[in-house]
Amino acid sequence: MIGNLTFLKPRRDKLNTYIFLGATFFTLGIFDLISNSFFDKNITFFLPEILSFFTPLLFGFIGLHLIRIEYSGNKNLDIINKNININWFNGILTLLVIFVLIKGMPTLLNWAFFDANFSGTSKEECTGSGACWVFINVWFERLMYGLYPNDEIWRINVAFISLFLIVGAAFFVSPKNKKYVIIFLLFIFPFILISLLSGGNFGLNKVPTNEWGGLALTFIISIFAILFCFPVGMLLALGRRSSAPVIRYSSIGFIEFWRGVPLITVLFMASVMFPMFLPDGTFLDKLIRVIIAITLFEAAYMAEVIRGGLQALPRGQYDAGKSLGMNYWKLHLLVILPQALKLIIPGIANTFLALVKDTPLILVVGLLELVGMIDMAKTNPKWLGFAAEGYVFAGLVFWIICYAMSRYSQNLEQKYKTDR
Amino acid sequence: MKIKNLASGIGDFLDDRPRLKRYLPQALTLFFIVFVLGYFTFNAQVNMGNRGIVFGFGFLQQEASFDIQFSLIDYDGSYSYGRAYLVGLLNTILVSVVGIFFATILGVIIGISRLSPNYLISKFAEIYVEIFRNIPLLLQIFFWYFAALRALPLPKEAINFFDISYLTVKGWFIPKFIWTNFSFLLSSILLAIVGIFLTYNYAKRKQEATGQRIPAFFISLGLLIALPFLGVFLGNVGLSFEYPTLIQQTTTIYNFKGGVGIIPELIALALALSLYTATFIAECVRAGIMGVGKGQKEAAASIGLTPGQTLRLVVMPQALRIIIPPTTNQYLNLTKNSSLAAAIAYPDLVLVFAGTAMMQTGRAIEIVSITMLTYLTLSILISMFMNWYNKKIAIKEK
Repeated sequence: MIGNLTFLKPRRDKLNTYIFLGATFFTLGIFDLISNSFFDKNITFFLPEILSFFTPLLFGFIGLHLIRIEYSGNKNLDIINKNININWFNGILTLLVIFVLIKGMPTLLNWAFFDANFSGTSKEECTGSGACWVFINVWFERLMYGLYPNDEIWRINVAFISLFLIVGAAFFVSPKNKKYVIIFLLFIFPFILISLLSGGNFGLNKVPTNEWGGLALTFIISIFAILFCFPVGMLLALGRRSSAPVIRYSSIGFIEFWRGVPLITVLFMASVMFPMFLPDGTFLDKLIRVIIAITLFEAAYMAEVIRGGLQALPRGQYDAGKSLGMNYWKLHLLVILPQALKLIIPGIANTFLALVKDTPLILVVGLLELVGMIDMAKTNPKWLGFAAEGYVFAGLVFWIICYAMSRYSQNLEQKYKTDR
Repeated sequence: MKIKNLASGIGDFLDDRPRLKRYLPQALTLFFIVFVLGYFTFNAQVNMGNRGIVFGFGFLQQEASFDIQFSLIDYDGSYSYGRAYLVGLLNTILVSVVGIFFATILGVIIGISRLSPNYLISKFAEIYVEIFRNIPLLLQIFFWYFAALRALPLPKEAINFFDISYLTVKGWFIPKFIWTNFSFLLSSILLAIVGIFLTYNYAKRKQEATGQRIPAFFISLGLLIALPFLGVFLGNVGLSFEYPTLIQQTTTIYNFKGGVGIIPELIALALALSLYTATFIAECVRAGIMGVGKGQKEAAASIGLTPGQTLRLVVMPQALRIIIPPTTNQYLNLTKNSSLAAAIAYPDLVLVFAGTAMMQTGRAIEIVSITMLTYLTLSILISMFMNWYNKKIAIKEK
């Protein structure tokens, strides 16, 4: 039986033999790899070290080569061949991916879960060789709320829980009332939020902004900057397309200036240079200065995104609006912008995402949001040496926020997609 | 009601006077800008007067009297602030160029992988993009610097690459190249490049005139190998290496001396910048290749081009037109993001100039404006170059 097989070019007529041989080789390779990396047993110990390391790849390669038969008639085999095993190059790539996954997974899983310590109150309770999640556990409140006084933390909780409730409500109320909820959310709620958090009235203790921090600060800055940068960006985009030269060139200058400089220098400007521009004695809170800086910075990017949408609309829309006797603002608010905004949902989402991802930068001017708090926690003399755990945790938090945002924007894009 | 009446009244009033309607908003804008700028300048003057600071750039010639850890040109504390600025600028350019180089390579590989028919590969590329794109860059820089690179061994137990290169917590030490008669080699390489250029030009003209094809690729490969060889032999070019060696500084402290030491800050920054930007470049590449219509490939196949020729002559020239503008944007972003170096104390422009120099001189306005202007100039230079390139490869309509 073996005599009739050509190993260099597998043929269809001996399909089952080839599948059997290929599968055996492939399983052998995977088995070697798994026993090697999960159970520390090397079944090819008799070979030289380098050869033994690569035997799984070699076995897998032979296996994949033997089952690479075009139009075999076997449906499953065809699917496998088409997806991971088109030619020898692709076969090698497939094997490499599996190789890396199986080699890397145990180390990663051991570090993050099996050898890690989760509960406890001090560094000494981290006995495992893996990650010390006790660090996150102990510092959790600080990471979430910053240096906000412990007795007042309920205010942050109330503020954000009510925010989520109202946002949730906006999805469920009838379309007629939805308008009012959204107006409340955009124009009234931010001020309630800010007065609740900063206090100083209604019998609440005042909490200075330099005690704010943690993830709450990330959210506050993101929410306000997103809220303000959108209308500013819209005005700048309209200004850039205006026919009046003064307005056009000042918009261009403004946009290109902010787009040309890095955010870090903008923050430096807001924190050290801007106070020089105000009359002596006036004081603007650092947090407000930073929010203004981030707003203007992102508004310039937003303006370019919106301009893209405006340019994508056909001229006929403008002409049609004008022929109905609409003036400039009516034309833009009722005809142009609703269509343009729909086109640029991905761009808007990207700008918002960039804004959220830029917030950690404020640590260079001394405001400590999530990343800044981790920076502070890891330099605490009692907790030296847990940088990796802290950054992995922060990375996970940001990843969840950003991934959720991008997924939501993709949903919106699908929802408002209209054929043109 | 009254406000509405007033608003429509003003509207009607302006509608009757088209010239006023045209110029009034502009005049108001201009007035507003001048007013804000004037107000700021006035306040700044008063404030600086109160603190006894005189606006000016004379401080650039003063002695800086601070040290910089890593510098491409000669520098120590006795040089001026102007020199310190230059050191910072060069360090910024260095990390940007390194970052752009690796981000492009990685981005193209990942972008093509995402379109791979191999399910595992495209999934792998997608996961990579989704992970690295959605984590703030600053966090990634911190991770590489404070968590990953800090876990490297001390110089005494350095990770050894064939006894010529060592990776330690204090950086990566690689051998230094010491050339003799380097100019011969350089000029022979330049000659080879000129030769290749001429060959391609000649081959193209010949093919257009007669239809005859010349194996330009192999000729240029030959030129590229033969000419430098000739240069090396004729010019007596020599190459020797200076290897890093471990020396004992005190009883317990060891370090490497000699060779080239790449500081961990540079490694962390370049690594984070390229991994982060590569995800965006990958998306540009993917969009570009997907943007070339299927019909183009079918047409190319139907006139008998091989798959390689199709990719080289039909798909890539069209895809590049889509890829280049957004990729330029990513290069710009990378250059601007390199300013995050300040957070891990890599001595770039922001740390050296807007950090240390500003603390010492207290000249916030001058130094922040110089820094911003520098970045603006860099941005404009890159975008001008890319616009020029973009125009060069744009479709030439007849």
